[in-house]
Amino acid sequence: MRFERREQIPPALALLTPLIAVAVSLALAGGLIALAGAPVLTAFGKILTGAFGSKLAATETLARAAPLILTGLAAAVAFRARLWNIGAEGQLYLGAIAVAAASAHLFGGLPGVVQIPLLFLTGALAGMVLLLIPLWLRLRFQVDEVVTTLLLNFVALLFVSMLIDTVLKDPLAFGWPQSVPVAPEAELPKIIPRSRLHIGLLVAVAVAFVVHFIQARTAFGLQSRAAGLNPSGAAFAGVPLGRTLVLVAMLSGGLAGLAGAVEVMGITSYVTTELSPGYGYSGIVVAMLAGLNPLGVVLAALFTAVMFVGADAMSRSLAVPSYIADVTVALSLLCMLVAIFFTQYRIRR
Amino acid sequence: MSETVLDISQVSKRFGATLANDAISLSLERGEIIALLGENGAGKTTLMSMLFGHYTPDSGHISVMGRLLPPGRPRAAIRAGIGMVHQHFSLAPNLSVLENVMTGTESLWRPWSDKAKARARLMEISARFGLKVVPEARLGDLSVGEQQRVEILKALYNDAKILVLDEPTAVLTNLEAEHMFATLKDMARQGLSIIFISHKLDEVMNTADRVVVLRGGRVVAERRAMETSKAELAGLMVGRAVTRPLREAATPGVVVLEAKAVTLREAGVERLKAVDFHLREGEVLGIIGVSGNGQASLARLVGGLARRSAGEMTLFGRPIGDMSVREVVEAGIGRIPEDRTHDGVIGEMAIWENAVLERLPEFTRRGLVDRKAGMDFARRIIDGFDVRGGTPASRIRLLSGGNMQKLILGRNLIEHPKILIAAQPARGLDEGAVAAVHARILEARRAGTAVLLISEDLDEVMALADRIQAIVGGRLSPPVSPERVDARHLGLMMAGEWAREREGAANAV
Amino acid sequence: MSALWDILASAGLWAAVLRIATPLIFATLGALLCERAGVLNLGIEGIMTFGAMIGWFAVWNGADLWTGLFVACLSGMVFGLLHAGLTVTLGLSQHVSGLGVTLFASSFSYYLFRLLVPVEGTPPKIIPFQPLHIPGLSDLPWLGQALFTQTAPTWVAIVLAIVMALALFRTPLGLAIRMTGENPHAAEAQGINPMVMRYGAVIFGSGLMAAGGAFLTLSAFDSFIPTMIQGRGWIGIALVVFASWRPGRALAGALLFAFFDAFQLRLQTVIGGAVPYQLFLMTPFILSILALALMARRARVPQALMQPYRRGER
Repeated sequence: MRFERREQIPPALALLTPLIAVAVSLALAGGLIALAGAPVLTAFGKILTGAFGSKLAATETLARAAPLILTGLAAAVAFRARLWNIGAEGQLYLGAIAVAAASAHLFGGLPGVVQIPLLFLTGALAGMVLLLIPLWLRLRFQVDEVVTTLLLNFVALLFVSMLIDTVLKDPLAFGWPQSVPVAPEAELPKIIPRSRLHIGLLVAVAVAFVVHFIQARTAFGLQSRAAGLNPSGAAFAGVPLGRTLVLVAMLSGGLAGLAGAVEVMGITSYVTTELSPGYGYSGIVVAMLAGLNPLGVVLAALFTAVMFVGADAMSRSLAVPSYIADVTVALSLLCMLVAIFFTQYRIRR
Repeated sequence: MSETVLDISQVSKRFGATLANDAISLSLERGEIIALLGENGAGKTTLMSMLFGHYTPDSGHISVMGRLLPPGRPRAAIRAGIGMVHQHFSLAPNLSVLENVMTGTESLWRPWSDKAKARARLMEISARFGLKVVPEARLGDLSVGEQQRVEILKALYNDAKILVLDEPTAVLTNLEAEHMFATLKDMARQGLSIIFISHKLDEVMNTADRVVVLRGGRVVAERRAMETSKAELAGLMVGRAVTRPLREAATPGVVVLEAKAVTLREAGVERLKAVDFHLREGEVLGIIGVSGNGQASLARLVGGLARRSAGEMTLFGRPIGDMSVREVVEAGIGRIPEDRTHDGVIGEMAIWENAVLERLPEFTRRGLVDRKAGMDFARRIIDGFDVRGGTPASRIRLLSGGNMQKLILGRNLIEHPKILIAAQPARGLDEGAVAAVHARILEARRAGTAVLLISEDLDEVMALADRIQAIVGGRLSPPVSPERVDARHLGLMMAGEWAREREGAANAV
Repeated sequence: MSALWDILASAGLWAAVLRIATPLIFATLGALLCERAGVLNLGIEGIMTFGAMIGWFAVWNGADLWTGLFVACLSGMVFGLLHAGLTVTLGLSQHVSGLGVTLFASSFSYYLFRLLVPVEGTPPKIIPFQPLHIPGLSDLPWLGQALFTQTAPTWVAIVLAIVMALALFRTPLGLAIRMTGENPHAAEAQGINPMVMRYGAVIFGSGLMAAGGAFLTLSAFDSFIPTMIQGRGWIGIALVVFASWRPGRALAGALLFAFFDAFQLRLQTVIGGAVPYQLFLMTPFILSILALALMARRARVPQALMQPYRRGER
């Protein structure tokens, strides 16, 4: 038995791939739910109602999708240029703390229309800076950025933990390690009143369209794709590899930092070390499920959000740990990898 | 007394739609040297890969010393006494010579490697066949010729009775090649049987006892080397009269590009050493040489991918600094890279994207790529240069090598460049595509383009170039005219003999 | 100054160095073995997490400590099989596949832990490995305290480093593995099956990673806490580069790192609140990055690392 590369990938198959991957991962998750002794179909039903069953549930799911879209985009733009940014988690935290600090100490008095864009920029800048370090190490010393971005996640989280323990600590928080809150003007307006759904979702979706436009239409998009697919061919054609990678890193890090900004300004209004339940890592799954397509990222982020919110609700009524969501999402990444493989190859005997 | 050591019988192999080997039969005697002659794509390498167990034949069988060889098992082939010397060496640069040779020769479950014994055996074989090596040397530190020696030793260490060499001289200098063939003849006298794959008629005639000609996956002829001629073999190999376009006389114009004492250092190594050359409108300057002697660096230098460390360059009469790829392209310098698939195209991108990538600024308005203009540009190339097998929107990976090369040629020539740098432009193409590429290059020359042709193929250079320089160890010979030299002379130049000859000439006068 | 000297002179510091080094040694050796055969295994962090959980669970459920360690190893091998299937048979991106394995293995261990162990106020405990008393040596003044109060798995780890160095550089199997990591085509041409070598190395290496994780729950601590691996796997990956893919240097590197870690822990107690503790906790990660920057260019990377091998494709 051997694998043979397909000459042409059937378009229908390419579109079906993520659906098949998700279906298989859900089937496997079903097995794990059965292992917990819970009725599988009921559990899936409860996941769905938990995610969409009420207005509250639906708004919660959509609110969850916002940071996932942004971290998913961060991974997608980087991976497309073969820049392995696994550091979105750290970039998200750095973006968040930068926003809290800037809002409290720099732009505090400014009206929302001015302050909010400024803070978005601040968060994005912080994320960029954090990704430029491993990129510099790669370009200068040929250090694999996968490991450095992973290691920097820990550094960033500890750095944030230090700040909210010291200079940025909220004096009114009864000694809890949490940052000073963002100014009230900086809190993102709600889409639906008295819910957690804020305009960050609209921002994220708009950004997805912008990123899609950049990749599909601009010279930079073409060049970064070329650099990712075949660096030496791109260099021969005059694509400035270093500069392209720096721009890609700024875009990717900026998106992850923006995710942190949106989360602080839209949901928590202050930073703790529990701000993100692994949005940065889930972003990798989201990007892969989307086939690195920016618009696909929106859908993949929605799936991931459904799993997380739905599983939380389900585990409250059934004896199935809510970690089932993390397991399913991780499985969907593995299934997606295998599914992509079989769109590119076929089995020959 | 003859003894058949290898018998290949009615072996066929199909890849997708192409029949790479069609009922091939071949037998080899003890102490005999067979040359397997054929063009690229004739099926030589496929046949040898089946012999060595890399591929499984679809039908037919192979027996060694009268015993059937189980298909698809390299280990069985080694045990049966077949040793393979690949064109791309199967060696690990980070390991030592001894480690490279002894890998896989001991049982994997032995608790201890007997390096002392292996070393003694290696030295014994090395002495017997005159193949000198240092067992402890790191392989990556050796020259290409020495690495090939290790590859041959590896086969002999495995008790090979039948040695198969895939285009063994492709990477060697003439001197190294002569030495290697002398060694092969000595081995045959000592009882080894040898098959070597080649498309070079000279070495086939000089070395082989018997010549088997392959064409289109079939054995088309078998001749004793004594009873045939180069002309006959050439006809058999190609199967039709070769009609490569002829270069008509031309009067070159002004000098467009000139290099004086240019030195290029890359990664700490001097790749070009004080080279001088100039290029005139409407002429082809051929640079010949065995690969690895600096021609890739020369192409990179002129193509805007490398910065010189010393020396002067002028372009259209004006001194120039270091140029980027973009500046090179904008100055009207076209470039055909040596490695098509690696440097020339981005396989997963569309044909139109590949067509415009190096001239992206021309197709960009306010940062946005003008897709329509790009598609039109690609369509013009496809029509004008007879690129078959794809539309502007299809991925370029799906094109055949020849059509890919036509596209690359087209994107460079369609705007009538002032200078064209063509590195190995016909490498790996079939005869028809070669003719098309050569015709295009001569057409550009007629239109006044100055062409820098870098090639290993002497016939190609002889046919196209107005002046020829050899590159050896990063140094360029003075130019010679193809009308005044023959292949033997060029061979000497490629071996770096021009300096000595000049001294000799001086002495004679 | 004298405070620093006191730290260096305390036997406890050196005892801690060996203890902290042990999981790193296991993990680094595991990653090293995979990479020597040409496979980067970023599943390491998740595999360690799972090993820590399942090893602990086995002991909590009544198995003895060595059985627990063995169970952890086996579980690591299963994840190794998964990673090998994805990267060797299918030839998928080793980066993404490894991350997938990490995400899956860690979330799966949390899931199983929640499922199998009742939620209590404090996490349930087991009785971990006890220091091995070596007659004579352990009774030496100072030295006995500093070096010979380790649990048995620590000694196993150190012996393992030596065994692996010998196996890689002195046995036919080791040469076959290294050849596979340098040039699988050449290995195949010499009758070695690169697929088998890669599968074997990844499976066995992953078993070692899981053992490293299990050391944390079975010897260093006595209970399982999610996220307790704390990037030790990633540090192991960095240490492999730092060690230039040599087991002896990996051992030395792990000890060096453990030294800094143990040292900063004690420095914290001396300096106290003057410097935020987070700065100390950052040091191993920053050191790892520095080590990578220092060594990445100098190291002789296995030439076929991260290159999928398919027969007949070049």
